Amino acid sequence: MPMDEVAIDHHDAHDHKPGFFTRWLFSTNHKDIGTLYLIFALIAGIIGYTLSGLIRWELAEPGVSVLTQFVAGEGDVAIQNAKHFYNTVITYHGLIMIFFMVMPALIGGFGNWFVPLMIGAPDMAFPRMNNISLWLTVAAFVLACISMVVPGGPGNGFGGGWVLYPPLSSTTGHAGPAMDVLILSLHTAGIASILGAINFIVTILNMRAPGMTLHKMPLFAWGVLITAVLLLLSLPVLAAALTMLLTDRNFGSQFFVPGGGGDPIMFQHLFWFFGHPEVYIMILPAFGIISHIVSTFSKKPIFGYLGMAYAMVSIGVIGFVVWAHHMYTVGMDVDLKAYFVAATMVIAVPTGIKIFSWIATMWGGSIEFKVPMLWAIGFIFLFTVGGVTGVVLANAGIDHALHDTYYVVAHFHYVLSLGAVFGLFAGWYYWFEKMFGIKYNGFIGGLHFWLMFIGSNVLFFPQHFLGLQGMPRRYIDYADGFATWHMWSSIGYAITLVATTVFFIGLVEAMIRRRKGAANPWGEGATTLEWTLPSPPPFHQFNELPHVTNKGGH
Amino acid sequence: MAHDEVKHDFHLVNPSPWPLLGSIAVVVTALGGVTYMKGLFGLEAGTWWLLALGLAMVMWVMFGWWREVIKEGNVGDHTPVVQIGLRYGMILFIASEVMFFAGWFWSFFEFAIFESARVGETWDSTNALYADGLARFNDWPPVGVETFDPFHLPLINTLILLLSGTTVTWAHHALQHGDRAGARNGLILTVILGFVFTLLQAYEYSHAQFTFDGTLYGSAFFMATGFHGAHVVIGTIFLAICLIRLLMGGMSAEKHLGFEFAAWYWHFVDVVWLFLFAFVYVVPHLVYGG
Repeated sequence: MPMDEVAIDHHDAHDHKPGFFTRWLFSTNHKDIGTLYLIFALIAGIIGYTLSGLIRWELAEPGVSVLTQFVAGEGDVAIQNAKHFYNTVITYHGLIMIFFMVMPALIGGFGNWFVPLMIGAPDMAFPRMNNISLWLTVAAFVLACISMVVPGGPGNGFGGGWVLYPPLSSTTGHAGPAMDVLILSLHTAGIASILGAINFIVTILNMRAPGMTLHKMPLFAWGVLITAVLLLLSLPVLAAALTMLLTDRNFGSQFFVPGGGGDPIMFQHLFWFFGHPEVYIMILPAFGIISHIVSTFSKKPIFGYLGMAYAMVSIGVIGFVVWAHHMYTVGMDVDLKAYFVAATMVIAVPTGIKIFSWIATMWGGSIEFKVPMLWAIGFIFLFTVGGVTGVVLANAGIDHALHDTYYVVAHFHYVLSLGAVFGLFAGWYYWFEKMFGIKYNGFIGGLHFWLMFIGSNVLFFPQHFLGLQGMPRRYIDYADGFATWHMWSSIGYAITLVATTVFFIGLVEAMIRRRKGAANPWGEGATTLEWTLPSPPPFHQFNELPHVTNKGGH
Repeated sequence: MAHDEVKHDFHLVNPSPWPLLGSIAVVVTALGGVTYMKGLFGLEAGTWWLLALGLAMVMWVMFGWWREVIKEGNVGDHTPVVQIGLRYGMILFIASEVMFFAGWFWSFFEFAIFESARVGETWDSTNALYADGLARFNDWPPVGVETFDPFHLPLINTLILLLSGTTVTWAHHALQHGDRAGARNGLILTVILGFVFTLLQAYEYSHAQFTFDGTLYGSAFFMATGFHGAHVVIGTIFLAICLIRLLMGGMSAEKHLGFEFAAWYWHFVDVVWLFLFAFVYVVPHLVYGG
């Protein structure tokens, strides 16, 4: 809402912050916890990104020649060891990027920082529980890293892919303790996310400022609310599946053991009942961020606010009934496939509503191409590409050919690596000044965007061609015919490496120069409550709750 | 805190060591668990002390954390709006628990209904699930598994849990009307009934003709009923804590969130049992044994 329509509380410099260790280790402050989440996601992101570097380095040329340098043995032994090492690299790359980079950054970081600010709340509903969500996420990451280096079976770590399908994840595939530690790591991450989800839902339902009805609530808060509901309802099912896996491995139960009458496919159902909502968990907060940025830099209210909110609601609801489109090739009944094809395609409708509403928001607006807007427009374009290939893959018939090929890899990296991550960087550059009270260099931010845009497209677009040519995913080696596009893909990675370096240069530059940030650097287009506060906001904001009076608060 | 006084009723919690300690406890417990099961870091499988240490730390953190919460409640931090938030929170927690059991029931139904498909008989896709519905339980439990008669101990357990649901409601109403003796009696009865349920369940387990390891039926049966049993134990402890607090003079007629949450949790455990009783015990027995 416009700032003159809210009662701004007047803060001065009398913030009494606790001492260093109490403040950062025992925190009950949503902004400090959000900052810790962002730092954590940055560290985990560097590790996950390094793992993807190993993948692209190895795949730059045919033959197994790079990872052999990282493993024991000579000649054929080294190649055998490198194969397992490659499997663990792709496994932990996926798990780390999903559970310890995208989710902590978008939900833990930006969600913690800006949901309370946007809805006019002094903090989260359960500030102490908020802190255990953070530290349990860190605990889960510690366990995941330990699991990488303890014996897995064929070698150190678990190499069965992030989906953890038995029998690869049973004792048959990986008998060692690495998989058990990984299971408990994911249990821990799940508990952290469930507690965080409860916190966000209660905060949003119970702590909105007077006058802010749900239908006036900013779209980022909507995105986080729906995300939290998905987490709350999907993660416990994963927990059940993981528990069955754990007892199958250690206590002789037969859930996923065909020889004992069990059914490995059952694990896939339970996993994807979580795994598909998880996809939307990663993208819905980014949808919210993009809506605010597009509106701010077009100097127009978002087009079709209610439609945007309820599009996210319907994406969340339908997201729960499409999970088996990840499993078309397990031999399921053709009628069942027909259902999952139809249900999956339906999701394109609310997603289309969002894309077109963003475009309609820009239409006729007075657009400023500042750094966050570049990332937002990049997001809209790239997410649309990923969405379109998603509609292709939704067809069971086509998926039989493309299942587990690089086409799928390209698809989900377009929606995640170029979707969720672009949303993440958009939010970073949109709120950087608000969070840290200093300005970044716009040229460096723009350079980061263009390098990343070019690099990630060179990286992932050729993978569509590789997939259509039949290149399977998760392979360390390939026939010579695939070499050209693999080489281009690796060149793309090198460009993103330059982009990431530029990102850190921009961060360091801003930290050294310390240009004082403004309360609202974006002007009249930025209408949500966080811009009514100083940058950075006081340790405790809204001691006197703001009153929201205007008609549409988004 | 900012200089101006706080003019809202939300609870700004002071910094607390428990979340960090709790997370350390979880890491120790997880590594201790894997050490016990598989051996880790040079410790042999069967090493129990690391797991025991982790669990003790978890207990310590839970005790310290919730003691802090009770103290905050007693000094008036739980204003009406905070109470609403706590209620939402407990409801959502139970919702996540429901989904946890959804995972167990889902796999149970999958195993029970599609047994014939898995053991290799032809699967007629034109005559799917709907046509013969529960008759598919014909193949469940698998041949050779001798199950419990649901109308002996399980039925008694059902009645015990339903009765405990009424005694906890009795205690709640007594508490609301200031009848603390009645509340005490109702709670004592509820705790005893919960304890008896656990004992009978343990007795039943010890007479099972199938095992957790080695048979799919045993895995599915013990996991679903076992997790329910664990929840009964947790619920009984939760109610016992409320009883202790009541005896120590806590829990006013106007404000007794801990009791309400224990009662909600208890009813949830009760409902899960009814589903278990119907689908794990009765239906296979009627279709297969009848």
